[in-house]
Amino acid sequence: MLAFLVQRISQAVLVMFVISVIAFAIQDGLGDPLQEMVGMSVSMEEREALREELGLNDSMVVQYLRFAGKAIQGDLGNSYFYGKPTLTVIAEHLPATLELVIGASLIIMLLSVPIGVYAAIRPQAWLAKFFMGVSTVGISIPVFLTAIVLIQIYSIGITVEWFPVDSGWGQWLNGALSTDGGMPSYGRGDDLKHLFGTWNSGFFSELGLMHLVLPCVSLASIMLPLFIRLIRAEMMEVLQSDYIRYARAKGLSSARINFLHALKNTMLPVITVGGVQVGVMVAYTILTETVFQWPGVGLMFLEAITRSDIPLIVAYLMVVGLIFVITNTLVDLVYGLVNPTVKLTGKKA
Amino acid sequence: MKKLLAAFIGSLALASAPVALSAEATKELKMAYDADPVTLDIHEQLSGGILQLSHMSFDPLVRWTKDLDFEPRLAESWERVDENTMRFKLREGVKFHSGNELTTKDVKFTYDRLKESQDFKAIFKPFSGINIIDDYTFELVTSEPFPLLLNTATYIFPLDSEFYSGETEDGKMKGAILKHGNSFASGNLSGTGPYKVTSRQQGVRMEFERFANYWDEESPGNVKKIVLTPIKENNTRVSALLSGGVDFIAPVPPTDLDRIKRDKNSELVTMSGTRIILFHMNQDRVEAFKNPKVRQAVAYAINQEGIAAKIMKGFATPAAQLSPAGYQGYNESLKPRYDVKKAQQLMKEAGYEDGFTITMMAPNNRYVNDDKIAQAAAAMLARINIKVDLKTLPKAQYWPEFDNRSGDMMLIGWHADTEDSANFYEFLTFCTEAGSGAGQYNAGNYCNPEIDALVAKANVETDIAKRTAMLQEVEQRLYDDAAFIPLHWQDLAWASKKNVKIEPILNVMNFPYLGDLVVE
Repeated sequence: MLAFLVQRISQAVLVMFVISVIAFAIQDGLGDPLQEMVGMSVSMEEREALREELGLNDSMVVQYLRFAGKAIQGDLGNSYFYGKPTLTVIAEHLPATLELVIGASLIIMLLSVPIGVYAAIRPQAWLAKFFMGVSTVGISIPVFLTAIVLIQIYSIGITVEWFPVDSGWGQWLNGALSTDGGMPSYGRGDDLKHLFGTWNSGFFSELGLMHLVLPCVSLASIMLPLFIRLIRAEMMEVLQSDYIRYARAKGLSSARINFLHALKNTMLPVITVGGVQVGVMVAYTILTETVFQWPGVGLMFLEAITRSDIPLIVAYLMVVGLIFVITNTLVDLVYGLVNPTVKLTGKKA
Repeated sequence: MKKLLAAFIGSLALASAPVALSAEATKELKMAYDADPVTLDIHEQLSGGILQLSHMSFDPLVRWTKDLDFEPRLAESWERVDENTMRFKLREGVKFHSGNELTTKDVKFTYDRLKESQDFKAIFKPFSGINIIDDYTFELVTSEPFPLLLNTATYIFPLDSEFYSGETEDGKMKGAILKHGNSFASGNLSGTGPYKVTSRQQGVRMEFERFANYWDEESPGNVKKIVLTPIKENNTRVSALLSGGVDFIAPVPPTDLDRIKRDKNSELVTMSGTRIILFHMNQDRVEAFKNPKVRQAVAYAINQEGIAAKIMKGFATPAAQLSPAGYQGYNESLKPRYDVKKAQQLMKEAGYEDGFTITMMAPNNRYVNDDKIAQAAAAMLARINIKVDLKTLPKAQYWPEFDNRSGDMMLIGWHADTEDSANFYEFLTFCTEAGSGAGQYNAGNYCNPEIDALVAKANVETDIAKRTAMLQEVEQRLYDDAAFIPLHWQDLAWASKKNVKIEPILNVMNFPYLGDLVVE
């Protein structure tokens, strides 16, 4: 166990070292951070002086060594835009993103398992076919489109006038298809509860939860079809295996077979994929956060790029790298718990 | 930092406790801009966002009215003492948020700080000093006669000198202007303006509350609390208004103008703006552009009206010069001159009938539809056999390229900080001269010393009629010379809920005077 952790930590260090080198190498292509810091009419001399002050005129190697020297002591530099240590800025934005990911993961878990299992057990049922059809559509709609449609329907509201208004049924259909809107379409709301440190949570107030709904549904919409299909496919395969047939032959109740014996083995690959996907979600909430003006790290990163806030970009990439390493490590640990035949590195067989 | 701000707010609350809140200010306004102010230090950066903040939490000596006239604010009156001196009388009994009273020492403090500021010092270069006569009288002195003295005075928002003097707990100067990193002034603020900053989470939200002791008791403004949320994504900003999440948004993207017009709960206000969009033709990079005939041919080949109608969806005013209407240099006789036949004819006369190939560069996220404008221009140039190799870049990468003047034709938008024509020429068409900043954004390397001399003469001419004639001549000569290709002035648009009466407080500078906003 210890050896496993040591190995993972050294991997993490390596990953972050590589990320920092790459981020530094591409920074010239990211543009000139001064453009966002000074007005248009500031003279070239003033700019040059500021550039010197920021150390932007030093060679890449000198800049990297200066950065690395501080990074070893846990200081990843100051964001140009926020004027604060980059890690502080990320710590302030991370809770918003994590809540979004947690919300979306909950939706995915609560929906994908029952639907996937149902579709595997009753593949011919029309409801199962319906779910699979919808999931194919869902997987092919980009997240920002989902988000915009959700905002239009549930925040702004739509008025349908397709059917004749002078007939009772037309009015009823129009009314049924129209929506009032009213759901919050941006941000996290005013009513956040402070948990600890920089974490202000929207999970504990009605307003906060209302603000979470649309962004979480949008984010979940990309991953949900994937998980439904994965669970269905795995489950169907497991249901074909010998031990299930044996259990059937033995006369066990189908509920016991499906939900105890089959589901357990179905979940093995799902955990692996799920763990990795959680990491991916943290990294790729960018689109969802942009559409909903969700003040998380994704939006922060996107804005850092438009502002060429290089220290923040580098720090963000390193933190995301770290998150990937951590989620992968946790997945491996959980995997070991679920499937005792899997051995962690360094553990005697 | 938070503690400091909290302590500051606390002391404000104490200071203002004995005075009853002004009775009529009861409404709350939620507004969304595309960005929030980068800092609370209004001298740290000269940008639209900072000027908007300046008008919310501070007051200028004088300010622009809707029709580009001057209106007294903290300066009650002013008179010219001699050619180089203007005497101002300061309003009495004006209180800062901290409770300190405004006197000329605050004006002097502010003037000195502006002279230090990297972003503002260029604007204040013509000033040679400030004379304090008494607590409420001072004189601004320029080294030469300066016709734009009042224009520049709109940038003097007196700071609370006592509040910004001394050292913080960790021994930093409170008055220091710091471009990056945390300074006292970038996180704390005390002005005379209608709104105090009560909380601020950079990039997330900012809250303002009406200053109970605001001096301007005639202001009709009745908004007690303002919540500003930056919403960068256009569609989200518009959705926030349509769904009732916010009461006031700006800017409104041209693609959504109709959507807001159709909405029965919203109101749209548009205005022809003063930001000119233009192309430079680089004469150092392309030999042909040295020939005025070729430059004219390009000017005849570009269809400004078409771009304004088709690409900008009518959300722009086609331009044939730099100065927008209302500026002294605006020359009414200059009209867009789209005529392909004439353009082809000129190319033939110049000996370039078969055309040539050039590179063109434009940003793709800086101005409204900037990349599409460039594509259209490239297509138009193809009709006079100029083949264009177009490259569009995000602004972060575009400006370094622009500074290097690395494209044969480059697109830029310019707004005159002084709201005066001369500013356009100084930055965009003057002969480039390292050191003085002249022609800093003249990516065409166009150089006509006669025109520069004429502008310089206009800059010390205090007789408005004479000055106007000079500047209009400059526009005419630049037009005849086809020094650059003007495209249009970008329109401005704001939108609000019906009960938020934004129309009276908006202006072409895009600093809504939110202190005077009435919400029904």
